[in-house]
Amino acid sequence: MQAIKETLTGPIFKNNPIALQILGVCSALAVTSSMKVTLVMCVALTLVTAFSGMFISIIRAHIPSSIRIIVQMVIIASLVIVVDQFLKAYAFGISKQLSVFVGLIITNCIVMGRAEAFAMKNPPMASFVDGLGNGLGYSVVLISVAFVREVLGSGKLMGFEVLPLVTDGGWYVPNGLLLLPPSAFFLIGGFIWVLRSVRKDQVEATEFKLASHATVKEGT
Amino acid sequence: MEALLSLFVRSIFIENMALAFFLGMCTFLAISKKVQAAIGLGIAVTVVLAITVPVNNLIYHYLLADGALAWAGLPDMDLSFLGLLSYIGVIAAIVQIMEMFLDKFMPALYNALGVFLPLITVNCAILGAALFMVERDYGFAESVVFGVGSGLGWALAVIALAGIREKLKYSDVPDGLQGLGITFITAGLMAMGFMSFGGIDI
Repeated sequence: MQAIKETLTGPIFKNNPIALQILGVCSALAVTSSMKVTLVMCVALTLVTAFSGMFISIIRAHIPSSIRIIVQMVIIASLVIVVDQFLKAYAFGISKQLSVFVGLIITNCIVMGRAEAFAMKNPPMASFVDGLGNGLGYSVVLISVAFVREVLGSGKLMGFEVLPLVTDGGWYVPNGLLLLPPSAFFLIGGFIWVLRSVRKDQVEATEFKLASHATVKEGT
Repeated sequence: MEALLSLFVRSIFIENMALAFFLGMCTFLAISKKVQAAIGLGIAVTVVLAITVPVNNLIYHYLLADGALAWAGLPDMDLSFLGLLSYIGVIAAIVQIMEMFLDKFMPALYNALGVFLPLITVNCAILGAALFMVERDYGFAESVVFGVGSGLGWALAVIALAGIREKLKYSDVPDGLQGLGITFITAGLMAMGFMSFGGIDI
C-alpha cells in the first residue's frame, strides 16, 4: 500500500517528469495558452500513460526485446487513436484547437519513457498507478502554466472573465506576450527555478566554478 | 514555383518546428550541450524528415484518405482513422532501414549519427511534420519542400542553442536555474528572436 502511494505521488513533485526528467516538454509548451484545452490535454495524456503502462505490463513477458519499441508504439498509437476519435466525436471544437497535438501524444516522451523504464519491469497494477502519477505530475506543470498564461494574457479563466479588460471598460491591460509561444518557455523556466529552490537536491552541478574576483596586489 | 519557395522560407524561419511549434523539444533540450553533437543530430533529423514526409504523403493520398482506395475498387473506403498508426509505423521503419543502410554503406556517417538515429523515431518533430502535412493538405511537391524546410529549421535552432549553451556554461547562473532552467529561458529568448521573421513573405 505504501509502495503504491509512493509510485503515485512521487512523480508529482519529487520526480516531476517535465521539470526533472525533461520528458514531454513539447506539448507542455504548445497547448497551454488556454485552460480548457490544457485540461483536455492533461486528461488525455494521463489516461494514455496509465493504460499503455497497464497493457504493456500485461504482455511484457511475451515481447521480444528486439522489437519492443515497435510493440510499445503500436499499443500507444492505438490508445491515442481512441482518444482522438473520441474527441472528434464529442468535443470537436477542442479537438480542432489541439490540432496535431493529440496525435503527438504518441511521441510524447513521458508515455514512451514510462513504458520503457517502468512498465517493462513491473506488474500491471503498479504500472497503471505509475502512469497515473506521471500523468498527474505533467498536469500540475501544465495547469499552473496555463493558469498564469490565460489569466494574465487574456484576463479570463476557462472562458469566464476574471480580470475586467480595459477594452471592456475594466482596468486590466492584458499582457499580450503571455499568449505568444516564448512566454511558455519563461514560465516553465521559472517553475523549475521555484521547484529547485524548494528542493535543493534537484539542483544540477555546475560544470565550471567561477573564480572569485581577482584583487590587485599592493605595489604592483 | 514561387509558392514552393515561399513555403520553404516559411517552414525554416516563420513556422520553425522547434521554436514556434515546440516540436522535438525533448531532444532539442537534451542534445544541445555540444555544437558537434547538435550538428550531427540536425543533419539526421533533416534527412529523416525529407524522406518520411513525402512517403507519408503518398501513403495518405493513395491508401488512407477518403476515397483513396478507388484504384483498388473500394471507392467508399475511408481509412483516415488509421493515420496515426501508419505514420508512426512508417517513421519507425524508415529510421530502422536508414540505420542499416548507413551501417553497411557509410560507416563513417553511421558512427557520427549512430546514437541519434533511434532517438529520432520518438522525436515529435518528425511525426508532427507528417500530421501538419495531412492537416494542411499538402501535395507531393509541397510535402518534399516542407519536409526539407522544417528539417533545416529544426537543425538551425538546435545548433544555435548549442552554440549559446557552450558559452553559457562559463556564466554565473543562480543555483536553481542551473542547467535545465536557464536553457528554457534561453530557448524562450531565441523563440522571441525567431518571431521577428513573422512578416516575411516572398
